[in-house]
Amino acid sequence: MNFTLHVWRQKDRNSPGKMEAIPAKNILPDMSFLEMLDIVNDDLMAQGKAPISFDHDCREGICGSCSLVINGRPHGPTRGTTCQTYMRHFKDGEAIYIEPWRAKAFPVICDLVTDRSAFDRIIQSGGYVSVNTGGAVDGNTLPIGKDTAELAMDTSACIGCGACVAACKNASAMLFVAAKVSHLGLLPQGQPERSSRALAMVNTMDKEGFGNCTNQYECEAVCPKEISADWISRLNRDYIAAAGSPGE
Amino acid sequence: MTVETPAKPAGTHPTNGATHGAPHKSGLDARIPAGPLAEKWTRFKADMKLVNPTNKRKFRILVVGTGLAGGSAAASLAELGYEVDSFCYQDSARRAHSIAAQGGINAAKNYQNDGDSVWRLFYDTIKGGDFRAREANVYRLAEVSRNIIDQCVAQGVPFAREYGGQLDNRSFGGAQVSRTFYCRGQTGQQLTLGAYQALSRQVNAGRVRMHSRCVFQDLVVIDGKARGIITRDLVTGKLERHAADVVVLATGGYGPVFYLSTNAMGCNVSATFRAHRRGALFANPCFTQIHPTCIPVSGDHQSKLTLMSESLRNDGRIWVPLKKGDHRRPEEIPDNERDYFLERKYPSFGNLAPRDISSRAAKEACDDGRGVGESGLAVYLDFRDAINRLGRDTIAKRYGNLFDMYAHITAEDPYRSPMRIYPAVHYCMGGLWVDYHLMTNIPGLFALGEANFSDHGANRLGASALMQGLADGYFVAPYTITNYLASNKLQPVKTDHDAFKEAEANSRERIDRLLRVRGRKSPNQFHRELGKIIWDKCGMARSRQGLEEALRRLPELRQEFWENVSVPGSGESFNMALDHATRVADFLEFGELMCHDALQRDESCGAHFRVEHQYEDGEAKRNDDQYAYVSAWGYQGEGKAPTLNAEPLVYENVHLAVRSYK
Repeated sequence: MNFTLHVWRQKDRNSPGKMEAIPAKNILPDMSFLEMLDIVNDDLMAQGKAPISFDHDCREGICGSCSLVINGRPHGPTRGTTCQTYMRHFKDGEAIYIEPWRAKAFPVICDLVTDRSAFDRIIQSGGYVSVNTGGAVDGNTLPIGKDTAELAMDTSACIGCGACVAACKNASAMLFVAAKVSHLGLLPQGQPERSSRALAMVNTMDKEGFGNCTNQYECEAVCPKEISADWISRLNRDYIAAAGSPGE
Repeated sequence: MTVETPAKPAGTHPTNGATHGAPHKSGLDARIPAGPLAEKWTRFKADMKLVNPTNKRKFRILVVGTGLAGGSAAASLAELGYEVDSFCYQDSARRAHSIAAQGGINAAKNYQNDGDSVWRLFYDTIKGGDFRAREANVYRLAEVSRNIIDQCVAQGVPFAREYGGQLDNRSFGGAQVSRTFYCRGQTGQQLTLGAYQALSRQVNAGRVRMHSRCVFQDLVVIDGKARGIITRDLVTGKLERHAADVVVLATGGYGPVFYLSTNAMGCNVSATFRAHRRGALFANPCFTQIHPTCIPVSGDHQSKLTLMSESLRNDGRIWVPLKKGDHRRPEEIPDNERDYFLERKYPSFGNLAPRDISSRAAKEACDDGRGVGESGLAVYLDFRDAINRLGRDTIAKRYGNLFDMYAHITAEDPYRSPMRIYPAVHYCMGGLWVDYHLMTNIPGLFALGEANFSDHGANRLGASALMQGLADGYFVAPYTITNYLASNKLQPVKTDHDAFKEAEANSRERIDRLLRVRGRKSPNQFHRELGKIIWDKCGMARSRQGLEEALRRLPELRQEFWENVSVPGSGESFNMALDHATRVADFLEFGELMCHDALQRDESCGAHFRVEHQYEDGEAKRNDDQYAYVSAWGYQGEGKAPTLNAEPLVYENVHLAVRSYK
């Protein structure tokens, strides 16, 4: 298969970027999208040209590094991460547009690589249970219903890739925040800090420059871990309850 | 190859011409506390020296790596009050490769009432490692395994539960009890996020300074002690000096020396190997684990292999056709024409035989011409019987995400036809040599998790990597590092010390040297060639002839690399090619060390299978008289043969037996 890639090239954070046409030749349908880029990069380097920079690591859909907008859709045409997108999902001869996540809170570092440290700062502001190492009681002391454990797992499956932000016209991080607030808020361990956590994480989200939610559900549509936008309603409930509660 | 300080040089070995150390008086002191096995850790904790709470903030600790070991160590040390700097090459600490572990984490809780105990987990681990691990370390691991589960539950890790709300368990290879705790097929992710969240809490508290997209360049040793590191900022290219009282390497394994592995693309040997260049001994580098259940290779373009969790072997049955060259569809092959080879060869453990044994059995079946799929390098993992017995829904609940992943990658439906699997490189038992305190032979340099060699011997059991990473980080290092700080009077050092200048200049020269080559071959192409040599000659089966050939070809490849690698761009900006080239350069040297180790260890044990040493039925044949020791290698310079220090393994509590899973 052969393709014409139109790739966002940007030298660094402060330089202007532009789309550049780069051919991708002799690509096999079973190659992953990133393996296709590896081949293109090998060719570029053989010509002494700078390879296309992109984030990637585990290449099995769990680390959350890979982050390409392919033909306008975060992570490309199929449900899942960029690294689990295969060339068999594209038509031979197609033009493929590849862009970085676009959001004020995720500035471009180089080509397709963005700075997503805002997500880390959101977690740092409260996305945990405050418990020190040592002294924890036996794990079975606190029974947790199977259904509750399953729901908590649904939300904590978030890989922090940021596709939800990239898909949202408001560049909102509500799905990301909702997933963590709900994961911990569903469990008994997370109850003592449930209110302060919701408040702190939403406030940090605002401060980092993410937009708000206007119920478009684009986030849910592209989430590689299929996290439901329903959790945003739960986040809103927790946030309103916390904001209105005494002492907050 | 020479041996350092053996009491009695054992002379020239009849087969490989190398000398090997008599297994005593190596000069290596593992500092194992005296007393009965079950009391050693308790005694250590009772006798250790402490640092006053108000003095802890005067000490700075650098922790490189943010996976299970590094993340948990950095968080726990900061909670104690130390000043911690945490480093990761990824853009976020949460992405360290521990995140990809699927199946579970072992702990001797005996919640199932099936006869588990600390002793049994200890014994299973020692036996699973084919009697090449240190008793005292392994016992401690089994002991603290129970605390790990409690700690993770307290953090909000959503472990699978029974209907009554109790923690659920599953079985894993190499054990006859159910002691594996899990979060669907994403246990590593959930445990890593637990550690990441604990770490984030300390960042927020101002006790951890986080450095992401920051890669280790060199270790700074002053007056014989580890006192700092040089790092490179991957965005700006800036080299930075960090001074400290303790350096912790929790930088994971070196699987990508094989090019294709289940590891992340960024996993590397650079941090541990560069510490090795500075004098840290590298132990058992040839002990690398090949995982039996991975999706087979589909072509030369492939960049990584995907693991299918070992937990699948609870319900999946592994088979190949009985006849060679049977090309019928799997559904068309009747049961009496199938060879369920693990069940046939190992009736008591069946499909749950340990990883090294299962991998070799699959390779044998394929070498025998009975492999399946287009390449003939695959065996079936079949869920037909489990689906008939338990129903599709139950199987989907247990393994749904793994089945989806398989279907996504291969475009085949594993509910209808069996998965095709083949072994792939997965884990490295070898790593930096550490003593009982998890300290390397360089005082002040600690190595945790997969980066050290200490607990898994020649083969790791499933669900034990997560256990070890968290044991080291949450429950061992905080104690042993405190003891180190309290027992040593460390003089303050500044980053303008000559040793920092030298290390920074050394790092810069290495980068400049790569940029000067301006060759025609990408780092990836060299990496691929290296991987092929290592996989063919130092993979699932090794021979003297093959290893000697590898040791001839690797220096040639290294030379070609330094003459013809293409690294465009500069060292002052984001440069993926440069980053990859630095890792490949270290792998090229490290590959030789692996082959030296595999050649010198003239026995088979665990994952190290020397074809010259096997029983008639193809099982690994250990040589306890001559090789019951840890091989700790010292660096002698690029292209020079390393020197061997042997730490004898003394078994006071277990009987060295032929490992049988029949």
